Amino acid sequence: MNNLVILPILVPVLSATLLIFMNKNIMLSRGFSVFASLTAIACNLFLVQTIFTNGIQTLYLGGWKAPFGIALVADQFAALLVLTASIVGLVTVLFSFRTIGKERERLFYYSGVQFLLAGVSGAFLTGDIFNLFVFFELLLMASYMLIVLGGSKPQLRESLKYIVFNIISSALFIVGVACLYAVTGTLNMADLSVKIAESGQTGLITVISILFMIVFGLKAGIFPLYFWLPGSYHAPPAAISALFGALLTKVGLYAIARVFTLIFIHDTGFTHTFMAWLAALTVIFGVIGSIAYSDVQKIVIYNIVTAVGVILFGIAANTPASLQGAIYYLIHDMVIKGALFMLAGALFVYAGTNNLKKMGGLIQSQPLLGWMFFISALSLAGIPPLSGFVGKLKIVEGGFSAGHMTFSILVLLSSLLVLYSVMRIFMLAFWGEEQDMRRRKPSIKGMVYPGVLLVILSLAIGLGTEFIAPYINQAAEMLSTPEKYIQAVLKE
Amino acid sequence: MRKIDTNDMLLQVTTKITAFIILLFSLHLFLAGHNNPGGGFIGGLMSASAVVLLLLAYDLKTVRRILPFNFIYVAGVGLLIALLTGMGSFLFSAPFLSHTFGYFQLPILGKTELATAVLFDIGVYLVVVGVTMTIIQTIGEKE
Repeated sequence: MNNLVILPILVPVLSATLLIFMNKNIMLSRGFSVFASLTAIACNLFLVQTIFTNGIQTLYLGGWKAPFGIALVADQFAALLVLTASIVGLVTVLFSFRTIGKERERLFYYSGVQFLLAGVSGAFLTGDIFNLFVFFELLLMASYMLIVLGGSKPQLRESLKYIVFNIISSALFIVGVACLYAVTGTLNMADLSVKIAESGQTGLITVISILFMIVFGLKAGIFPLYFWLPGSYHAPPAAISALFGALLTKVGLYAIARVFTLIFIHDTGFTHTFMAWLAALTVIFGVIGSIAYSDVQKIVIYNIVTAVGVILFGIAANTPASLQGAIYYLIHDMVIKGALFMLAGALFVYAGTNNLKKMGGLIQSQPLLGWMFFISALSLAGIPPLSGFVGKLKIVEGGFSAGHMTFSILVLLSSLLVLYSVMRIFMLAFWGEEQDMRRRKPSIKGMVYPGVLLVILSLAIGLGTEFIAPYINQAAEMLSTPEKYIQAVLKE
Repeated sequence: MRKIDTNDMLLQVTTKITAFIILLFSLHLFLAGHNNPGGGFIGGLMSASAVVLLLLAYDLKTVRRILPFNFIYVAGVGLLIALLTGMGSFLFSAPFLSHTFGYFQLPILGKTELATAVLFDIGVYLVVVGVTMTIIQTIGEKE
């Protein structure tokens, strides 16, 4: 009996529903979404602290004990991600005030954002694999609505692709769940883990595990399956891209981390090596993409792919250190990708173009935007005092101790190219002579501050590593000892 | 919806009768859900289909005059009811979505089983009606 665990899902769903009735009154819906996001953050903070002191929290919906009912399980990993997601959600809402436009706001935009956050939180917290599917659909439906909202031509084109790929991956997800249910006869994740440990991970179950890797890989943007991502994240307005870039791919990664540390853990020689290869290829292709383009948004988008690869490598190496690193990097990446998308959005409005070759000298008129971009670029590459450092350090450390020498060096080299790709934005857009002097620059007052908030948060994560390390360590420890999770869910 | 200028008397008269039968049947399906096939989803679809029949026989404006609801809000109300039913358990410090039932002596029906799960089903019913009608009206309005 612990209704605290439902609150991170319930608060956004309830506020999304109430926001449906407020769609005519924009000021009211703005105020209410901020209030709802703040409430969600407060609940999540409380949840994190409760888990820190009392261990894993479970809630059996409707009072039906696991494995028969749906269990919501909040371990520290899930709780930290839910907290980060709600913070990014709040900042996105703040960023939307100035950028999204009245037309979209009237068309249930804030409701869509809250539904998306509810889906994300639900996917993090659920302990039931079919329920995971349902929450995936909730967040995907909300993302379909957000990606097409406004109905401009590129949005319509890209949303069609996005929807088609996601429907295919959802159908594969269902097939995977059906196969798993046919083999084991249960859907509860903890119970699945027990059943598979009892019967041994047969070839069939390994096949199903690869099917799940394909499904979650399509959502997360892993190497051969990321082809839909650059276009779809480029089409919608910056606020929506920020939300997508910060949250959606991370849910796929979370699902991979959960499934491959809890359920499919008996044939790591095959599954995790396969995953390490995919991670390495994802890093390579992400880096190639981010260097190839001169389009600010495209560069940021390909950096998502690179980060997905790095985190996936942390999960694949599967040592305590690399899991810690993956969690650290996941949180860092949610924050910094949100910040980068928002700064890139403000830059786009100010410069009137996304093309780097047409910009220059903006540091004179926009020093705050410029320096924030600079800090987030350094943070993205993992320069020591900033938040990207510890995660990558731990991932590489774990990679070396797991014997993946080449891949670990590859991850290190990728940082260099990531730094190059983002520094190119800084150098071409902010240094040099100002081009296009005739055009009157629009005011972007207020658009930069939400991005600044996230950059400050990223700085705080980097500088306050000592402070948050116990939470991360606890999360990694819970991930690497599935027995604790099983015990918390299936306790008598 | 196309403007109807042909003489559709037969269709319209049959619709007047059939629509009520369909609505009654949908109500039956809705209430039968606990012990027999049926429930909120199919009941809601059935009710919406009665309205769709009205839309076919008459035009969009007439039906809007008969049912002057904004169906988006109908779906919203349904969602709200379903959520509040789930949250009702908070008052009794039971887990979210806990349901209960009891037997009551009702005036005409006699001893009847009343369950809170019906409230959740009403929510589902309203969401289904609201969403279906929103889809049909929106597509119907677009030229």
